[in-house]
Amino acid sequence: MENLETFRQNTRDWLEANCPDDMRQPMRSDEDQCWGGRNWVFKSEGQKLWLERMAAKGWTAPRWPSEYGGGGLSGPEAKILGEEMARIGARRPLSSFGLDMLGPALLLYATEEQKQQYIPDIINGKIRWCQGYSEPNAGSDLASLRTKAEDMGDHYLINGSKVWTSYADKADWIFCLVRTDFDCPKHEGISFMLFDMASEGVSTKPIKLISGTSPFCETFFDNVQVPKAQLVGTLNKGWEIAKYLLTHERAMIGGFGLAGGGMKGMGQMAAAKRGTKDGRLRDASLRAEASSFEIDEMAFGLTIERITDETKAGQGTGASSSILKMYGTELNKLRQELFMAIGATDALNFDTDSKGALVRSWLRSKANSIEGGTTEVQLNIIAKRILGLPA
Amino acid sequence: MILSEEQQLLKDSAKAFLSESAPISALRAMRDAGEDHMPELWTKMSEMGWPGIVIPDAYSGLEFGYVGAGVVLEEMGRTLALSPFLSSAVVAASLINQLGSEQQKEKYLPGIASGELTAVLAADETGYFDLSSIETTASASGGAYVLAGNKRGVIDGHNADLLLVVTGGDEGMSVFAIERGAEGVSCETRLIVDSQRAADITLDNVTVSGDALLGSLGGASEAMEFTIDVAAACSAAEMLGISIETFERTVGYLKEREQFGEKIGTFQGLQHRAAQLFAEIEVSKSAVLAALQALDANSEKRSVLASMAKAKCSKVVRNATEEGVQMHGGIGMTDEFDIGFFLKRAAVCRQAYGDYHFHADRFASLRGY
Repeated sequence: MENLETFRQNTRDWLEANCPDDMRQPMRSDEDQCWGGRNWVFKSEGQKLWLERMAAKGWTAPRWPSEYGGGGLSGPEAKILGEEMARIGARRPLSSFGLDMLGPALLLYATEEQKQQYIPDIINGKIRWCQGYSEPNAGSDLASLRTKAEDMGDHYLINGSKVWTSYADKADWIFCLVRTDFDCPKHEGISFMLFDMASEGVSTKPIKLISGTSPFCETFFDNVQVPKAQLVGTLNKGWEIAKYLLTHERAMIGGFGLAGGGMKGMGQMAAAKRGTKDGRLRDASLRAEASSFEIDEMAFGLTIERITDETKAGQGTGASSSILKMYGTELNKLRQELFMAIGATDALNFDTDSKGALVRSWLRSKANSIEGGTTEVQLNIIAKRILGLPA
Repeated sequence: MILSEEQQLLKDSAKAFLSESAPISALRAMRDAGEDHMPELWTKMSEMGWPGIVIPDAYSGLEFGYVGAGVVLEEMGRTLALSPFLSSAVVAASLINQLGSEQQKEKYLPGIASGELTAVLAADETGYFDLSSIETTASASGGAYVLAGNKRGVIDGHNADLLLVVTGGDEGMSVFAIERGAEGVSCETRLIVDSQRAADITLDNVTVSGDALLGSLGGASEAMEFTIDVAAACSAAEMLGISIETFERTVGYLKEREQFGEKIGTFQGLQHRAAQLFAEIEVSKSAVLAALQALDANSEKRSVLASMAKAKCSKVVRNATEEGVQMHGGIGMTDEFDIGFFLKRAAVCRQAYGDYHFHADRFASLRGY
């Protein structure tokens, strides 16, 4: 293994030579993310090149094994890559539920054949995945889901519906929880399947949210045929995979609580907008709230760092993703509230152009503590699994 | 952000020693005997070398750093062990080490490192740790200085051998080392809520020789900033220990107390509050460790992190001790039960070296607003 300082220098040189200029600008909104997939239209030549170059090195998934196209980096190397990307303000080349959620579960539970088939296309952004978890009557109580998969001999036949499926209308494939046994305790009859959203019988309907946007869909399955090779793990043991994947989802959503790279701090932003008097933010109450927020934001960022380091050293607490999810999303909601306070009456603008972005983002953030398991569900998990409080 | 093997070993041995030699029952016994400090405990800590933890090797210290001091303080917070460790061996020693001449360091630091000499910072005059309005003056008179002014609420100040008196005035902040019993120094003590005593100190034209001045006249600001960082981060570590211990005792009680025919820990109203508090404690752990590491590295983020840690831990320990009493119910309000001791000590730690508001304000100023 090459020495870490050499690795840093080589990485720095490579990024300098290969990261296009427009991929070094901070993202202005969610619209600037690159999601990839069959139907993706790149927003710029730079966005396309950046994804291709990073994917070729496996650096969209730096720590995944190189045999499936991943970067094969060690923990310290991946940290260096992250630091060097942050140094030049490089954007994440690919936003992907495949990277953040499905991939880690496949690496742990899928067959060799399945890994070969699915993982490379996650890494290079060729296939965009969505997550079929929640149902109209299975939200916080996810394990009561009723979408049915019947064994038809050579395939499974799927009927039912999902809800809150993020970007189902834009996704190529779905990883989906289905019920394969109705005559047992609810956690024991669930299976984890993968299928193409272009399959006959799949339809989606975007749900318009309070923010006016439609990132989520209702998804319907009407006699969808799924080849048997697309079951992941053991039949009826899908809940274990579902839970494992949820820990990754929570860690991802918890990351919303982090301060944006390259952004001004909340207090400085407030001072710039509201003005200062004797070097202090003019509004003392806003100054106090900004300070309290930044203290929590900083301590939270350090906590992600500490928990990551502890996990690498094998000292991690199992349910820490629940802490990060709960804390990070509550923090992000507070951040959006403060943005609104700083923006004041101007922030109420609901125009569909960029002027309305602030209020939409504030509205959108209210979902943070609901999606991926509500704050209350996370508190239940902490109380029972970590603190061992009685049921 | 993890402890090194040596730091973990120190933490484990501190935990073992303190639970054996300084349990809450020892604090209760001290209080009931009408005493305000624990000299025998300090002797034992000194035998283990703890007073030298942050002091450089050149002055007979262990040079083990602030993370080392922090892990010991965290364990001290768990058992509420009373000692001059923070005030003398960490805060005062750091100030002398920052500011003193070679001679002054040689004069004081080995004594502090061995535990035989205790020193204490006498800076505050307002009760709000407001060091911008120090009125105590030092006037040069020949080769000597004459000090006049009042210092307020110096915890355990009457038991310290050496006062590090901060003076203000036009020339800026200075620090003088004044030995106990110097002529013109008088001291009135008040009992404070955690059974210690705080000293209000009057300096009535105290004449000291030139070598009592640490560093140069008016040249103490930078060293004082460093010392505030040390005091804030290390006091945060002690509060972290108080939070953790109070929380563990409280969760233990939730698992054992029965009402309405069930363990009260089955009630979601209590479960969620406990879980929330657990998350806050996890977050304050990271705040403390980062602040201590920044002191050891003397990084540029040192002051921001120190004030962040002190502010965060002040808030969390308030929450932890408040919930500790509330979840214990009526028994939590009784003197016979120990949980109240944590509430009381936390109140003192929260105020020491600047409270939440002081550090949230300092944090904001340091961050440019």
